Amino acid sequence: MTLADPPRLPVLVRLLPAGSYAGRSRMLLLRSATAARRTWLVILSGFAEPVFYLIAMGAGLGSLVGSLPGPDGVPISYAAFIAPGLLAASAMNGAVFDSTFNVFFKLRHSKLYDAMLATPLGPVDIALGEIGWALLRGGLYASGFLTVMAVAGLLTSPWALLALPAALLVAFAFAAVGMAATSFMRSWQDFDLVTLAVLPMFLFATTFFPLSVYPRWLQLVVECLPLFHAVELMRGLTTGVVHLGLLGHLAYFVVMALIGLAVAGRRLGALLLR
Amino acid sequence: MADGPVQARGLRKRFGEFEAVRGIDVDVAQGEVFGFLGPNGAGKSSTMRMIACVSPRSDGTLQVLGLDPDLQGPRIRARIGVVPQQDNLDNELTVRENLEIYGRYFGLSRRHVKARAAELLEFAQLTERADDAVEPLSGGMKRRLTIARSLVNDPELLLLDEPTTGLDPQARHLLWERLYQLKRRGVTQIITTHYMDEAEQLCDRLVVMDGGLIVAEGTPAELIRRWAGREVVELRFLPERRPSVAELEPHVDRVEELPDRVLLYTSDGEAAQSAVHRAGLRPESALVRRSTLEDVFLRLTGRTLVD
Repeated sequence: MTLADPPRLPVLVRLLPAGSYAGRSRMLLLRSATAARRTWLVILSGFAEPVFYLIAMGAGLGSLVGSLPGPDGVPISYAAFIAPGLLAASAMNGAVFDSTFNVFFKLRHSKLYDAMLATPLGPVDIALGEIGWALLRGGLYASGFLTVMAVAGLLTSPWALLALPAALLVAFAFAAVGMAATSFMRSWQDFDLVTLAVLPMFLFATTFFPLSVYPRWLQLVVECLPLFHAVELMRGLTTGVVHLGLLGHLAYFVVMALIGLAVAGRRLGALLLR
Repeated sequence: MADGPVQARGLRKRFGEFEAVRGIDVDVAQGEVFGFLGPNGAGKSSTMRMIACVSPRSDGTLQVLGLDPDLQGPRIRARIGVVPQQDNLDNELTVRENLEIYGRYFGLSRRHVKARAAELLEFAQLTERADDAVEPLSGGMKRRLTIARSLVNDPELLLLDEPTTGLDPQARHLLWERLYQLKRRGVTQIITTHYMDEAEQLCDRLVVMDGGLIVAEGTPAELIRRWAGREVVELRFLPERRPSVAELEPHVDRVEELPDRVLLYTSDGEAAQSAVHRAGLRPESALVRRSTLEDVFLRLTGRTLVD
């Protein structure tokens, strides 16, 4: 019987507490994919939500609104305005749902992570594996929605191809922070706070109307929200208004992902390895 | 015993102010079945978690399979199997997938875990349920699956935390038989249990823990001889006729009062029973039996196991 030695790890990983990473987080992806084979209908339903919004708001409400100024001031149809917003929001919603409700259940109720830690896996394997799965799922939804956008003629620039990797980064950052937040939650009641954070962002972070409708002080508040940066990023890419400022939005999510991951890995270790 | 699979000296575990394990020495020998007995809160599970490398020790030294859990946790965990107190099977996977995916966590190849899972399903008598969901399985089946899962990496050391709690007698006997098979294959086992009959059946050697300390150590027979004597007379009195300990003590070696009974420890149960009768005491019922580990336990921890 041969037990593979843990693979050689990169320098950054060796800085983590001893034994917290075995380099096998892909086995968690394998686990999630195996489990998902029986719940594909639930997973598929994630496609539907942003499409419904697009139809209801874009086609329905859009017929009353007409057009809105795009990122460079040139008017675009209301549907083309909200579609990138919905893309960003669905990346956020999918990632947050997976990394909060699902992770909390496995952490506190099914004790799944305890079972995993009885193997050579460490808390960082778990954090990366679970976030990776949220990401894969988010990527699937984003490509589905982008396809719908393409078919509906809402993609006007080849830059739109980059909206997919951008959506993945956004999902990663939200999943990492969601998981970190979950590690502090004590009961299901605490999840009302998640809704309290996510729903207003969805409604007000320029998904459905431009920033210019707010007074200046409120604009500053909205500009701090992560979903605002996601929407700006997507809207720039899908309408082809690409400028250096988009890199700033990207940087926002890189930092958010790294902080989330560091906190989640550390907290999971503290919770599970007592 | 110097290079046994588990060696602890002055092992301690603190949770804030509370000290769950207060300095214990443990030596487990290769191939033996070693038991931790003790009431709830005695520190058994904390000790098991430290040995399983999922709980850093607060003080003392600990070697598992010759390695230090603080430094080599994953390497040790690759070579041990763990059966936790509560089943934590993956309810989103089938019975077979539970074994295969778990094997993959150990870095075993797809081909290897496939073959191993088939063997283990056979061992756990679950082959017919292989492709079923886990949830509808009976308690005994889930427990067998958990044990099968713990064997997926062919462990040298198996840790079982209360393996048969909550199972019906048939399921327990089947599990004991499986554990005995493992012992014959040379797998070292460490078991915590609440059940004295289980400890007598399974353990070559055991320690009794109470309040975070080891209060006795030995084979089941040694412990019984040393702490309980040969025979016990169990007497049940009507509450108003119940004699004081002082009235009973002259006739036997030792008296233990329980809420519902009085236990008399003696080398000759029949003689003690007659002596009690001659003294004019009239119990409702009297039973002479051999001493068991339960009696050892009562004496050492001052309480019954089911608390």
